[in-house]
Amino acid sequence: MGILKKISLIISVFFIFTGQSLVAGDSKDPIKLTLHDWTGQLITTNIMAEVLKKAGNNVELVQADYIAQFAGLQTGDLHLAMEMWETTGRDAMDEYTADGRVVNIGSTGMEGIEEWWYPSYMKEKCPGLPDWEALNDCAEAFSTPETSPMGRYLGAPVTWGGFDDERVEALGLDWEVIHAGTDAALFAELESAYQRQAPIMLWVYAPHWAPSKFDGEWVEFPAYTTECYTDPSWGINKNSAYDCGKPRGPIWKVASSQLQEKWPNAYNAVEAFTLSNDEMGSMVVSVDLEGNSVESVVADWMSNNKSKWESWIK
Amino acid sequence: MFYKKNYYQINIFFLFVLTFLFYLFGKEFCSYLGIEWAIKYPKQLVFPLKIYISSLVKWLMDEAHFLIFSFKDMTRAISWLIEQPYQIILSLFANGFYRGLGQDAQLILAPLSWIAIIMIITSLAIYTKDKALVLLVSLSFFYLAIFGQWDSAMITLSSIVIAVPIGVIFGLFLGIASYKSKRVEQTIKPVLSLMQTIPVFAYLVPILVMFGFGPVSALIATVIYAMPPMVYTTLLALKSVDSQIKDFGVMTGCTNRQLMWKVLIPSSRSTIMVGVNQVIMLSFNMVIIASMIGAGGLGYDVLTSLRKLDIGGGIESGLAIVILAIALDRLSQAYVRLRPESKFKNQSFFKKYKLFLICLFTIFISYLIGFSSEFIKTYPKELTVSTSVFWEDSMKFINVNYYDLLESIKVFLLVFFLMPIKKFFLAIPWPWTVAMITLLAWHYGKLKLSVLTFILLMFIVISGLWTKAMITIYLCGSSVIIACLIGIPLGIYAGLNKKAFKVLTAFVDTLQTLPSFVYLIPVVMLFRVGDFTAMIAVVLYALAPAIRYTALGIKNINEELIEASLISGCTTRQLLFKVRLPLALPEILLGINQTIMLALSMLVITALVGTRDLGQEVYIALTKADIGRGLVAGLCVAFISIIADRIIIASSNRLKIKYGIN
Repeated sequence: MGILKKISLIISVFFIFTGQSLVAGDSKDPIKLTLHDWTGQLITTNIMAEVLKKAGNNVELVQADYIAQFAGLQTGDLHLAMEMWETTGRDAMDEYTADGRVVNIGSTGMEGIEEWWYPSYMKEKCPGLPDWEALNDCAEAFSTPETSPMGRYLGAPVTWGGFDDERVEALGLDWEVIHAGTDAALFAELESAYQRQAPIMLWVYAPHWAPSKFDGEWVEFPAYTTECYTDPSWGINKNSAYDCGKPRGPIWKVASSQLQEKWPNAYNAVEAFTLSNDEMGSMVVSVDLEGNSVESVVADWMSNNKSKWESWIK
Repeated sequence: MFYKKNYYQINIFFLFVLTFLFYLFGKEFCSYLGIEWAIKYPKQLVFPLKIYISSLVKWLMDEAHFLIFSFKDMTRAISWLIEQPYQIILSLFANGFYRGLGQDAQLILAPLSWIAIIMIITSLAIYTKDKALVLLVSLSFFYLAIFGQWDSAMITLSSIVIAVPIGVIFGLFLGIASYKSKRVEQTIKPVLSLMQTIPVFAYLVPILVMFGFGPVSALIATVIYAMPPMVYTTLLALKSVDSQIKDFGVMTGCTNRQLMWKVLIPSSRSTIMVGVNQVIMLSFNMVIIASMIGAGGLGYDVLTSLRKLDIGGGIESGLAIVILAIALDRLSQAYVRLRPESKFKNQSFFKKYKLFLICLFTIFISYLIGFSSEFIKTYPKELTVSTSVFWEDSMKFINVNYYDLLESIKVFLLVFFLMPIKKFFLAIPWPWTVAMITLLAWHYGKLKLSVLTFILLMFIVISGLWTKAMITIYLCGSSVIIACLIGIPLGIYAGLNKKAFKVLTAFVDTLQTLPSFVYLIPVVMLFRVGDFTAMIAVVLYALAPAIRYTALGIKNINEELIEASLISGCTTRQLLFKVRLPLALPEILLGINQTIMLALSMLVITALVGTRDLGQEVYIALTKADIGRGLVAGLCVAFISIIADRIIIASSNRLKIKYGIN
């Protein structure tokens, strides 16, 4: 017993020493950044965290769900989310930024692309692609026993939205929309089909490793406009909305309102942060396909782009 | 008597025919009568319980106050309390102790080196004097080091080291409280069965909101999920203490407290340890889900590698979880068997604490050498082995060569098995289904059970989730049928053959501790997204109890009965079908019962590959952070499993009476 007591005493003494001291300017409390489950986001967040560390802030990385994190940003448990996609996060973002406890700090400079995608080898079976009007002629080529004679389109998880069921209806496509439950299931099917050179049409997004690993292209639907989603009389189908492709949109940075209050300098650095799609694409490939760790890829970026990030924190 | 029985059978036959007719013509029949509400429950009559729950939680978090502190202060204080020991253990095992924050931090004390940890865990095994166990435990931990899983495994181990004691202590006290007071027992039991049956995804968001984002919330979710068996076993253990022992305690003049802690608990120690063992295993089941909300460790590795479709990496981390779980499980089981022995008082201090001293010495030395030698401090990366490529290539080989064969099996099963069942459940008007299930409950459990069943079913109807509930029952039902078709014969074989028993037990243990995510993704690659994939995943997970209980039932039949049947001239076939199977039937039924429970809990996970059942409802609610929606759907899942559980237990009790088994 005596030994145990002594050990616990020593440990508690350590904890007293680790107490923090407050200095003027940014608070010394750790800024909590959220991590989600796709590589691009891990990279963006780690770069931001490294930059903030260089600026003298303390940071902590916390695993949190993409939408569920808003509850934490609102209460101030979490402070910064580096990737909120216009395409999938708009509704939740609008809901939570309404009362000012969560704020949008502008674009990351990256653009999200989401659309129907097929591997290049399918072009032989369906020469009319990528034009969407070829979809009906080739529906049979993309069908499976469950959907035959309709084509099978593997859509994203229902929670991502995307209006694919509505799109199929509005454009009169002979296709059936099957929803994958997660991102992993989506790309598992792609990998499997690609290994066998089997027909597949699915939702692919960028920046992501899949369009770099697999050779293929996006279907070209009538270009998106706001009216297309809101005004039924717009476009080919005069009686229905959604008769166009998906919007492409910025990836936003969102933060708790506490970020600006407690860490004003950090807030400015986050606001200045930008990355391009190409930069991100090559880093994602380096991690997911070449097997490098996120940390080493981020460290490389930091040493190669010193002037860029120094300008963010000056 | 004969007439009455016959009459009864005719009634049942009549009900079957009627149900079948509803299956064929239900829709037409209802629209003919103008009662469409019987096919589809009208939206305007749905009771918006989910909205009330959401606003209740919002009120608790934003406004609720108890005199001097708010509800939020209270939950945050709890999470702070749990966080402190967790941080200490985590620093000790994985991160090391630091002074200061962020980049100003200085390392004060390095974490325990891998050699020291292997030494500690091995000495724990040596203490049990079981040589095979020592070998198993030390090899398992070496495996973690050699396969490069060490760092993550230590993070997982730290959360287990915190979650298990909390679960055990709370479980023990709740068990004691319900042993002491009948009223406590009656209030606690329904809560426990809800804790066990509501899918974890349903209460993750409320926990996150209350206790904050991070590992503490993950720990709390783990405790909620893993604690119930501890309460049950404590209660059972205390109840089954020989009354003579208790009387003896009273006669020697024990106070109430002494009676509990010095007499009752020590004498029921081995049963209570079974509960501890269950808590450990269930905590390991939660590793993946906990990592979704910030627990990190092996679970996180599994998730991220599957995101990258790095199947090999996922399997390696998944196997590391299995190995860690099995090592700790066997270790705790060995302590269950350990008998307290009287120590010689006059043994020297050194002899008494030999193992403890060796451990301390190893820790000290490895810490000292750690300053100069990296090898001692952290297991070198160059010496790690990876089997990742092997798994990837075999997956590709199967995919390219056997896909067509698998596809035809799948289409056959879909057309002739799954689709008809799905149509059956969706076509019958809900009032008829409710009536039939209530009738079934009445047949086995009389009035009380049928009232309970009716209320629970109506809850599902009124929440407007009937269709999703029927898809849940269809998916779960067809998976259970397949699992039983495979599992029961295997169980019978294992019950008759000792060697098969050993092999199958190892197989079943692996299936149950291997995180389902690991095989979910390969199954998607081979069978594509859809109901069939979900079914395969559920069958793999729920197979275990069907095998285990059947094998136990067959094994535990009284030897004298078997001999008597042999003497009266039974053939082997007669022995199996006329003696062994009927006698093992109650056990087999319990196995089926457990299979159903596991199938239901797995359905929530299969929502990740795309199903349209209650599991999906819970999952959508999770990703949208909709607390009310998740809890209502979770309650529906819980109610389905409670109904199934009660009906099966009632029928198994009947069988026991019929065959005179105690």
